[in-house]
Amino acid sequence: MSEPNQEPQQPLVSLGFLDSGLLDLGIPEDLLDTVCQQVAAVSSLAELNAVRIKVSGKRSELLKARQALGSLEPEARRQAGKALNAVKAAVEELLATREAELAAAARAEKLVAERLDLTEVTEPLQHGYLHVITQTWQELEDVFVGMGYRVAEGPEIESDWYNFGVLNFPEGHPARDMYDTLYVDYGESGSTLLRTHTSPVQARVMENQEPPIYVVAPGRCFRQDTADATHMPVFHQIEGLVVDRHISLGNLAGTIQAFTVAYFGPSFTSRLRPSYFPFTEPSAEFDIQRPDGTWLELGGCGMVHPNVLTACGIDPEKWQGFAFGFGIDRLALIRFGINDLRELWTNDVRFLEQF
Amino acid sequence: MKVLLSWLREFAPEIGVAKAHTPAYLAETLSDLGLAVEELSILGGGLEGIVVAEVLATRSHPDADRIQLVDVNPGDGQALQVCCGAFNMSTGDKVPLATVGTTMPNGMEIAQRKMRGQLSNGMLCSAAELGFGDDHAGIMVLQAGLEPGVPLAEALGITPDVLFDLEVNPNRPDAMSHLGVARDLAARLGVPFVMPQPKPQTTLQSVTDNAGDSASLRVSVSISAPDFCRCFAVRVFDNVPSGASPQWMANRLMALGQRPINAVVDLSNYVMFELGQPNHTYDLDLLPDGELGVRMARDGEQLETLDGTARILIASDGVIVNALDEAVGLAGVMGGASTEISSNTRSVLVEGACWDSMTIARTARRLGLRSEASARFERGTDPDVIPLALDRFGELAVALGATTAGEIVQASGNRPAPVTVRVRPERANSILGTDLNAVEMAQLLEPIGFTGAENVSDGDYLDSSSPDSGNLEIRIPSWRPDSADEIDVIEEIGRMHGYSRITPIMPVTQQAGALTTRQAECRNLRALLTGMGITEVMPLPFLASGDLARAGLSDDGITIANPLVAEESIMRASLRPGLLKVVAYNAARRATGVSFFEIGRVYLAGANRVPDEQEHLAVALAGREALAATMLWQRLARHLALLEPTVVNQSRDGLHPGRSGLVLADGQPVGVLGEVDPDVLAAFEIAETVAWLELDLGVALATNRALATYRAPSKFPSSDIDLAFVVLDEVAADEVACTITQAAGELLVSVRLFDVFRSQQLEVGHRSLAYTLRFASPDHTLTDAEVASARQSCIDAVVATHNAIFRT
Repeated sequence: MSEPNQEPQQPLVSLGFLDSGLLDLGIPEDLLDTVCQQVAAVSSLAELNAVRIKVSGKRSELLKARQALGSLEPEARRQAGKALNAVKAAVEELLATREAELAAAARAEKLVAERLDLTEVTEPLQHGYLHVITQTWQELEDVFVGMGYRVAEGPEIESDWYNFGVLNFPEGHPARDMYDTLYVDYGESGSTLLRTHTSPVQARVMENQEPPIYVVAPGRCFRQDTADATHMPVFHQIEGLVVDRHISLGNLAGTIQAFTVAYFGPSFTSRLRPSYFPFTEPSAEFDIQRPDGTWLELGGCGMVHPNVLTACGIDPEKWQGFAFGFGIDRLALIRFGINDLRELWTNDVRFLEQF
Repeated sequence: MKVLLSWLREFAPEIGVAKAHTPAYLAETLSDLGLAVEELSILGGGLEGIVVAEVLATRSHPDADRIQLVDVNPGDGQALQVCCGAFNMSTGDKVPLATVGTTMPNGMEIAQRKMRGQLSNGMLCSAAELGFGDDHAGIMVLQAGLEPGVPLAEALGITPDVLFDLEVNPNRPDAMSHLGVARDLAARLGVPFVMPQPKPQTTLQSVTDNAGDSASLRVSVSISAPDFCRCFAVRVFDNVPSGASPQWMANRLMALGQRPINAVVDLSNYVMFELGQPNHTYDLDLLPDGELGVRMARDGEQLETLDGTARILIASDGVIVNALDEAVGLAGVMGGASTEISSNTRSVLVEGACWDSMTIARTARRLGLRSEASARFERGTDPDVIPLALDRFGELAVALGATTAGEIVQASGNRPAPVTVRVRPERANSILGTDLNAVEMAQLLEPIGFTGAENVSDGDYLDSSSPDSGNLEIRIPSWRPDSADEIDVIEEIGRMHGYSRITPIMPVTQQAGALTTRQAECRNLRALLTGMGITEVMPLPFLASGDLARAGLSDDGITIANPLVAEESIMRASLRPGLLKVVAYNAARRATGVSFFEIGRVYLAGANRVPDEQEHLAVALAGREALAATMLWQRLARHLALLEPTVVNQSRDGLHPGRSGLVLADGQPVGVLGEVDPDVLAAFEIAETVAWLELDLGVALATNRALATYRAPSKFPSSDIDLAFVVLDEVAADEVACTITQAAGELLVSVRLFDVFRSQQLEVGHRSLAYTLRFASPDHTLTDAEVASARQSCIDAVVATHNAIFRT
């Protein structure tokens, strides 16, 4: 409760109203002081209203004085009326001031009563988590979309032709043994398989789109691998394919380098080492060098083999291209410091909530 | 493929001479040539303190079965007691002893210590413990003639060496030998490479040339499968020693991880690792008339291979046969048992051949027989190296005491003609991103045997327009059967130039990168779902037999023909079993009431060449009831701006029959929702209720969407009224709302169910549904009469349509 203003009010005489005839109209000389004391004594808006009625209501001295004004001579009436208005204004101000004080006090009291400890949370946190593979997958897509690539997709259960044949793996070629392929019972025996890499998407894109082609194809792949810390029968790869005029191995190296900086950071570099894949020639492995100088083998790449271009209906004399591919899951492990691939597949919420 | 630096230097003596040629630099260079070094080991160090010791006696340990006590003479003639966990040595054997104070190659310190109460004064070593290859099986038994006390390194003639373990790609058959690796490395380092010239050299005797003279040669060969066998050559040696091979040869083989067997076997392996030519030895006396032939096997033909296994052959296998047409070897894969060398062998026939690589690959794969020989034949061997290999065998055999080194007798099948390839320098530069001229390219190729020259026009400038002018004509060497086209040679140019020297330039595309609409929407959905507190999971897409049935679904997933384990033998036809397993897994670890979702593909049989793959979204809200799924569906539908998102109460497989339904968008079924059937929950051992939503995203995202169109919010006040009806339980609240919407007219802004009330005061099987309706007009303040009229229309329609009772 705020302290009311109890400063004694000046008698009306001192306000220069002595000659105004107010006293003759029944206004006591200490009216303002009296009102002031009454207003100060109230402790609620209701009490204040009672005072208001008393001092300015129908039976108040102020109203009676106003009614009595009519009986005065015009000059005296004007003078007394002016004085009466001034007194009335002073009374109203006293009331308004007290009303504001009371409102402020009530608000303060209410706010104190409403005080809340903002750490008293009993509801469990409702937050969902994106799987680390998805997070990594999306980051990779974003890097390549930023470099002007589109994102292509293809079936996970593939024909032998798209997984091997069109990619320049002849029937019975030993290179097929680099992939421990899982086959499904679908169509002719041995004709349908779980794709062992995302490279079939290369062929499907080239068959369906005229160059220039700039695409990445993230996707799920399968191998007949027993699960251990570094192998899973299911894993994810991202494949890149560029077909354009005069695309060279130097362009491939430049793209890998740009990706390396964009994804890993400016203090990382990359290199290509000769390798072999049936569907690229020249072929290479690409490694990433960390700031501490150590190397990380990341993936395979190379110039799209002329046989593959031809099989997909693209003239290798007019168009040249490169392709690259690497594992998404392994990047997720590296990024988050996870030491076992199997962790990614437990779907234990205590694991998922960490990322 | 493991190679030793000392062995490489027999072909290119200057490798490793220059100061810059540190082992690490050589490893780096090999990697840059495409021969990735998986491991680099420095050999011959760490043998200080290890001496030759003689086993004097072996005794059992009084308190242990797995170790024995061995008394050895470490050179001072005194018996020294050593505890040993191996039992393969006997009195008189010479063995390596790590004396007390020795630091082993793996860093272990040898100290005098007690094992089960018995003192051990040192350690007897296996080959692996000494860093010689991978042989852990027992203590290494040394040659009998060694003097006890002599340092092991001295006794074995071990000198420091470097071992490179190379990863050799399938297109590099040449790099499966020291010869080939040395050629590559010498070319890159710019040091001389010399082809070996074994002594004594023999002349080639082609059977076809000497048909009448075969008797004097003691052997004869013939080929009746000329497409399979490109070349078949043999040579005979007498008096080949039957004992152990010399220590230097054994050392090298051990360094490569090979266990020395005896002189003949080791010699054969040595030649293979050196020159890349697998070769096989026969006991000549077991071959009638010294005859060998090559033919394709007959279906069902049997052969006992060297490993003692009876093999049943098929017509696509190649066999080596004797004079009686009996199979005596599985060509290129494994020899036969019947002609195996034994201690009685007097004369050895050595055979070297060149086979069709695909045939070998098929046979080796079919029989699961992978050997060092088949690994080389599968890649394709060099037919021209066969005489060299047989000469080298002869040189080494004679050095070991073999007395006769007869002529090489050879038959030829269909040998591929030498290949010459036209290489356009501008094409090579365009592919590689280099700026080399024809002469520079030729210089890069020449040291690795790709010989040729620029096709120079007659010196007239005008002639330079001739198509071949300025091109290279490159002859492919016989040891690179993988190379046949211009692009193959371009790769060699790039490899020898060095990929690291090519300038990296990122290509510029005019295309704007983007996700497709569907891809972007799937991302949005993931963000929405995680924002709603639902966590994404990724179960394996494999199911066990019966998983689908356990989930109450039809059990018709596509099966895997060669699964590793039965639990992972079916491709999922639904996300449900996988997601329920996740709920159960987490609940078993006290994480109940958790919400999970997955966006992933299911695989269904269809009419196309490959199965139909549908991208589905499945959400499991553990601990929640069916209406939670409906609310989730409404959120998703609003987020995706689906048209007329609808739930139709309907019993669905695997879901609670009274709490499941079909969801539709724009009139099309796009999924199901509800609560998982209690029986299914029990089958998956889940104790909490699970609200379920499953959408076929392919269909849902392809439906027509509500277009966002602007309508100015009304400037006039709206009016709200509440209506309550008693209807049968079977009448869906949504249907009533639909009736209201249709009856209310254009002034209706929204209708919302705000209360459902069941009570004994209502008729059995009925409940009260209360709706709030908001009305507004875009152009005037509604009159009481307008609202009253709309209200009455709604009441009349609901009462009439749903047999409802209006509650006043």
